[in-house]
Amino acid sequence: MQQEVVLAMLAKEPSHGYQLRARLGQALGPVGDAMNAGQIYVTLGRLEKAGLVTSERAAGLPDRPDRKVYALTAAGQQRVADWLAEVSWPRPDLAEFHLKLVAAAAARLADPIAIVDAQRRELLRRLRDAQRAAMAEPDRSDAALLLEGIVLRLQADLGWLEACERNWTGRRGQSGATRGES
Amino acid sequence: MSDTGSASMLRARGLRKEYGREAGLVRAVDGVDLDVAAGETLAVMGPSGCGKSTLLHLLGGLDRPSAGELWLDGRRVDQLTERALARLRRAAIGFVFQAFHLMDELTAAENVELPALLAGCSPRAARRRALGLLERTGLADRAAFLPSALSGGQRQRVAIARALANDPLVVLADEPTGNLDSAATLDVLRLFDSLHAAGQTLVIVTHDPRIAATADRLISMRDGALVDQTRLTGGTTGHLGALAGLEG
Repeated sequence: MQQEVVLAMLAKEPSHGYQLRARLGQALGPVGDAMNAGQIYVTLGRLEKAGLVTSERAAGLPDRPDRKVYALTAAGQQRVADWLAEVSWPRPDLAEFHLKLVAAAAARLADPIAIVDAQRRELLRRLRDAQRAAMAEPDRSDAALLLEGIVLRLQADLGWLEACERNWTGRRGQSGATRGES
Repeated sequence: MSDTGSASMLRARGLRKEYGREAGLVRAVDGVDLDVAAGETLAVMGPSGCGKSTLLHLLGGLDRPSAGELWLDGRRVDQLTERALARLRRAAIGFVFQAFHLMDELTAAENVELPALLAGCSPRAARRRALGLLERTGLADRAAFLPSALSGGQRQRVAIARALANDPLVVLADEPTGNLDSAATLDVLRLFDSLHAAGQTLVIVTHDPRIAATADRLISMRDGALVDQTRLTGGTTGHLGALAGLEG
């Protein structure tokens, strides 16, 4: 599990590991089924060593990772903020982007729509490059075919961003609360 | 940069279009300020029903604004009489539609020359200009074909040639690639690009991100208002290799 994702899930409030897992499960649905339950504790341990997370053991309970409450340090907060602002594609990591929106909304760290907009501008710039390159190619060249593939994938990604925007705009319209969060 | 009135080919201030009244009042276009520079290609994107087609109709004088001011090439046009507006539409504005709107019983050349004939051009001059435009749009060998014998992409290129018949100040296009496949879209994009290179001012309303990505400027519209604008000109991102799965 990517470290930033675990950090971002923690940005809402200090939590037990199992609560983080529940949040991830909620956000990912069946896509997250393959997630290894123990992985989140391994990641939390690394984050703690790196000074991005602190943990506190509840009084009277054994010193086990699943009994601890984890919280972001200032450095951890900063890392989450940087991650939210960072625009990354072409790695087709839909889950990471999706979790970014979920975490940003849940922790009220950033406006999901603004994240979608930044991502869209970046994808449009890439689409522009690919489309310009395609326009300069003679029809039916090998390169034109590859460029068409790039263009079609970018179009699909942009279509999904449109769906993200509709969805998060709709939720913002509701009375504040995010669906699926307790 | 397009804010100086003198350089604006199209300029709108507080443009508004309302339908219905009282509880049923809909503001299809709600207070739009817009400047389109001469020679600029502007794309307007937004979800269905956001008002972008209505905006295009207002800009082209196909429809009258409920309020606001509109200038074309420095001339105030929102107060023109119906007759003056119709004359202006014919002479100064070229329209391109998603469904082509060609006359089925006329050949490609006859479709293209029609606006020039309606504007009072001699048949000989209109035909010469039509053939020149078909040449420019890559359809010289299709001049005598009926639309039914042309592919969708070719029909749209005939429609674009027709839009250019009177050498308009502005070409307004509404979803020009909405009915086209990938290859035909590419042809239309190339054609728009060559018009752009020749200095034509273009405003294109579209869902198609390929058009938006190749425009000089992209405006997003929501609920009748402009919400976001992006300039996409400038250097490349250098990501083409990575986009195709090659390690950068």
